[in-house]
Amino acid sequence: MSRNINESVLTAFKVLVAIFLAFLFGYIVLYIMGYDPVVAYGSLIKGAFGSKRGFAETLISTTPLIFGSLGFILAFQCGLFNMGLEGQIAIGGIVAAYLGYTIPGLPPFIHITICIIGAAAGGALWGLGPGFLKARFGIHEVIGTIMMNYIAFDVSSYLVSTHGPMKDRLTDMPASPFIHDSAKIIRIWKGTRLHWGIFLAIFFSFVVWFLLFRTRIGYKLRAVGKNQFAAEAGGINVPRYMILAMVLSGLFGGIAGGVEILGIHYRLFAAFSPGYGWDAIAVSLLGLLSPIGIIGSAFLFGFLRSGSILMQAIAGVSKDMISVITGVIIFFMGMSDPVGNFIKDKLLRKLYGNSV
Amino acid sequence: MPSIIRMENIVKRFPSVLANDHVNLEVEEGEIHCLLGENGAGKSTLMNILYGLYSHDSGKILIRDREVRFRGPADAIANGIGMVHQDFMLIPVFTVVENLILGAEPVKGFSLDLEKAREEIANLSEKYKLDVEPTAYIENISVGMQQRVEILKLLYRGAEIMIFDEPTSILTPQEVDELYKIMNFLRENGKTIIFITHKLKEVMEISDRVTVLRDGRVIDTIDTSSTNPHELARMMVGREVLFRVEKPSVRIGKRVLKIENLHARNQRGLPALNGVSLDVAEGEVVGIAGIDGNGQTELVEVLSGLRKIDRGKISLYDRDITNFTPKELIDMGIAHIPEDRRLRGLILDFHLYENLILGFQDNKPFRRGVILDLKRVKEWSSELVEDFDIRPRDIDVNAGSLSGGNQQKVVIAREFSRNIKLLVASQPSRGLDVGATEFVHNQIMRVKAEGKAVLLVSLELSEVMNLSDRILVIYEGKIQAEFDPKKTTESEIGLVMAGGHV
Amino acid sequence: MGILFNILNLAIFTSTLRITTPILFAALGGCMTERSGVINIGLEGMMLMGAFAAAVGSYFWGPWLGVLFGIFVGGIMGLLHAFMSVTVKANQIISATAINIFALGFPNLIVPVLWKGHYAMTPVVPVIKSIQIPVIADIPVLGPIIGNLNPIVYIAFLLVPVVHYVLFKTRLGLRIRAVGEHPKAADTVGINVALMRYIAVTVSGLLAGFGGAFLSVAYQSQFSQAMTAGRGFIGLAAMIFGRWRPFGALVACLIFAFADAFQASAQAAGVPIPPDLLLTLPYLLTLIALAGLIGKKAVGPAANGKPYFKD
Repeated sequence: MSRNINESVLTAFKVLVAIFLAFLFGYIVLYIMGYDPVVAYGSLIKGAFGSKRGFAETLISTTPLIFGSLGFILAFQCGLFNMGLEGQIAIGGIVAAYLGYTIPGLPPFIHITICIIGAAAGGALWGLGPGFLKARFGIHEVIGTIMMNYIAFDVSSYLVSTHGPMKDRLTDMPASPFIHDSAKIIRIWKGTRLHWGIFLAIFFSFVVWFLLFRTRIGYKLRAVGKNQFAAEAGGINVPRYMILAMVLSGLFGGIAGGVEILGIHYRLFAAFSPGYGWDAIAVSLLGLLSPIGIIGSAFLFGFLRSGSILMQAIAGVSKDMISVITGVIIFFMGMSDPVGNFIKDKLLRKLYGNSV
Repeated sequence: MPSIIRMENIVKRFPSVLANDHVNLEVEEGEIHCLLGENGAGKSTLMNILYGLYSHDSGKILIRDREVRFRGPADAIANGIGMVHQDFMLIPVFTVVENLILGAEPVKGFSLDLEKAREEIANLSEKYKLDVEPTAYIENISVGMQQRVEILKLLYRGAEIMIFDEPTSILTPQEVDELYKIMNFLRENGKTIIFITHKLKEVMEISDRVTVLRDGRVIDTIDTSSTNPHELARMMVGREVLFRVEKPSVRIGKRVLKIENLHARNQRGLPALNGVSLDVAEGEVVGIAGIDGNGQTELVEVLSGLRKIDRGKISLYDRDITNFTPKELIDMGIAHIPEDRRLRGLILDFHLYENLILGFQDNKPFRRGVILDLKRVKEWSSELVEDFDIRPRDIDVNAGSLSGGNQQKVVIAREFSRNIKLLVASQPSRGLDVGATEFVHNQIMRVKAEGKAVLLVSLELSEVMNLSDRILVIYEGKIQAEFDPKKTTESEIGLVMAGGHV
Repeated sequence: MGILFNILNLAIFTSTLRITTPILFAALGGCMTERSGVINIGLEGMMLMGAFAAAVGSYFWGPWLGVLFGIFVGGIMGLLHAFMSVTVKANQIISATAINIFALGFPNLIVPVLWKGHYAMTPVVPVIKSIQIPVIADIPVLGPIIGNLNPIVYIAFLLVPVVHYVLFKTRLGLRIRAVGEHPKAADTVGINVALMRYIAVTVSGLLAGFGGAFLSVAYQSQFSQAMTAGRGFIGLAAMIFGRWRPFGALVACLIFAFADAFQASAQAAGVPIPPDLLLTLPYLLTLIALAGLIGKKAVGPAANGKPYFKD
């Protein structure tokens, strides 16, 4: 038991260290660039928590980050890297918007459900391709998913381009028509854009946790991820579970995009995701690849996204600062395990040294 | 004789074990010196330190009475030390020449001078009668030749002190004799040889002196001529050892496994099994002897569903099970001890209780709809850990944190804990110490005593001899001959293993 | 027929060579790094940082110094990945992803500081001009295609035999490949595994940076956010398709680039396919090529992607 407590203290510690180092790095960069880091970080916090609207925006950004991270984790637990979340989000958005404005006269609950299922199916399809290429031909899923991203981006900008089939003829904007009211996810906080999606996201976090750690499918998926050779000998169909993992992963990417359209934008336009698919990687690593852990880390990144807008306005720091912090967090999280082991190793040697 | 190497009070700790505990070793110039000890006694660690691969925590190394401090193998090589590792340190996709010159490449301008290297190697090969083909690719030459390439590698670097780490484990008895000849020839040419082994017979046959290690400590260094195998065994294990396993007498029953004219390819798509036929009956242990790479791996993979076959038929109790999936074979009652337990047998990052159900994750009683019934899994695992004496008795630890012997116990516990018809065991005692090996052998005999069929594949001829009722020798993917272990000798089998005829 | 003729004019071959160039740099970088046993999907980010640095350098110090600066910054990123992969032994994909994401945002922090009012894009910077090679340019048919190109294009193509020579004919190359196949074997003969990998990964960063520099100060005349558009990844795919060999990678790069040139030319010729869809052609082709033409599983260096632990 004490071992488990030590472990969790250690992991909590390494997460905090990674966050601290990332912000420290950001501080130094801002300082060198001639910005005022205190003003920048101050406005970041103020932007995210200083107002009702800001706080709502934090939760709004948290939502797709949770969905996206669930996708990343599902693939990762099976030993695969889904770098295609951004594209899967785009596809989910396309399908949700299409079903949202084309199907008339449905009760809201049914219409929203149909749209989300459609978005999920679209994302799943986008994950299926690279999953199949990996399982059948051994093509690295990173290359497969990245190529699928670019295809998704180009398809989505085509659909809403001047002569594109989803283009709204009533506007000059490259966007689709608005979805019907029945497809809009209900907003839950007056005067803000916050919608039900956040609860759906948290609900699905528990679903994914249960799937991974309590079901036979989850067991087999994780077995393939940890050692595909032993899994194969243990009667698990490795290619099938690799494909399944990529499909489930893409599915959550699709939901992330769908919910974003149905809850926030109400119409499709190209590049509606500000990079949630990339943030999701950092969110997942920071959440220690746990479906529950990522609720916390998604909130942190939601805060960054939401606060960065005020930071850009007040301190003049580009909101792409978030990418820098994201990159650095991934970096330090990537370092934490090997470095942690190294330190543990040294400690063990020391202990043994005393006992001999 | 002057001492060429002195290692004094060497201490080396690994995170979980003290591998060398104030070890002293003195080797004289021009002798063949055996390092004897069980798996895990610290022999290889000590030699890896001498070769500069590991750094020691304390102690001194003196070469010709001059203290040295190696930062890496390059320093050891510069001091005339060379090592033939147990797993060959050769690159399969490189040629013999490329492997040999690696790290000491002759160049002309910026380019490698492969022609010059080839000539030099051909000369060396001739001088030491090693018969090596310089332009061949490693992946295409025999294991015996690979070993000679390793020896050439040392000669090419001008090594005076040559360390051999368990060099005989992959050779036939005839090839072993050949190796002894080479070693003696090297000694006559003034080389000093350190020979790591856990086989008493080899110590007696080849060495001038022997140092026995146990649990990281030196027990003694003695002249080989003044000792005998029994004394050495007692020093090595620390107690009296039985050399033979008690074989239960069981009535041989109905035929369980029947393989007819089996053809299959290896990983690289080349024919590996070329018409294997054999059968195994209830209560019978059939041993497959052979040199590594003659189709044993593929045969076991076929029998566990991991490899599809081109031609032939496999049946279990007369039911055709050809090309069944691993899952189907598990459910048919075939248990499998894989040759590489860390790769095929266990998921090292999984808890013990997760490992103990691998293969039956979809079966009753663990299956409850889509859910994996963790309560049942843990109850069952706790029982197994108890029954098979797996240490630590904690089902929540990861399999990777266990010792080799306990890892093998996990595999055995899992595979033997259900109603099986056939056991396919591949090198079940690989890398285990005497105690663990004994446990494994007794478990296999228990399976036999219960009237089940056992197919045992092993590279250790003595293991096959001790456990089997019948011995089949595999060579180039074919069963070449059958022997009764009571009426044959190791050298007779060895001849067939090398492709000869009886 | 008429349209096809319009698409397949001579210019398409020239533009194929131009489009090949940045991908080829990435592919050659891929050969270096993966032959040493380190997966580097961070080539994309390294290229992007190289492109940015080259644009900055070109603006302040002229195009050639800009290119050098781009190469240098690419190398720094390579060094970083080497540190993570070799010394820290972190997951190589995670380390490289960090670099990719970092490179997506970092330039935008700097651009507004250097140029007030600019965002996500530098101003137009001085570029490296094409050169005419006297004798070659006069060859009929071939001359106009290969005789009048940007010097960096020539450099890229010359680097193919150079990288091949280094990898397969020199001492360094033998050691790099040994480390990528069987690091322990290399270690036992006294080769410094870490050093070899540091060299290979850093060189891959230099090459990626060079490719990026070509994009911002030759192919185009400014840096814009995410301008590499997956070229680093396509380069890696080409390297796999070419079976980890420079000349094989070159062939694959030419095929991908031709597809891209074809779609650009088709757009210009007014082919009635929406331009956005034509843009997907190189990506689709990459996937199809990898799936279809490889047929069976592609086998790279044996120790690719595995950190080397001594004890």
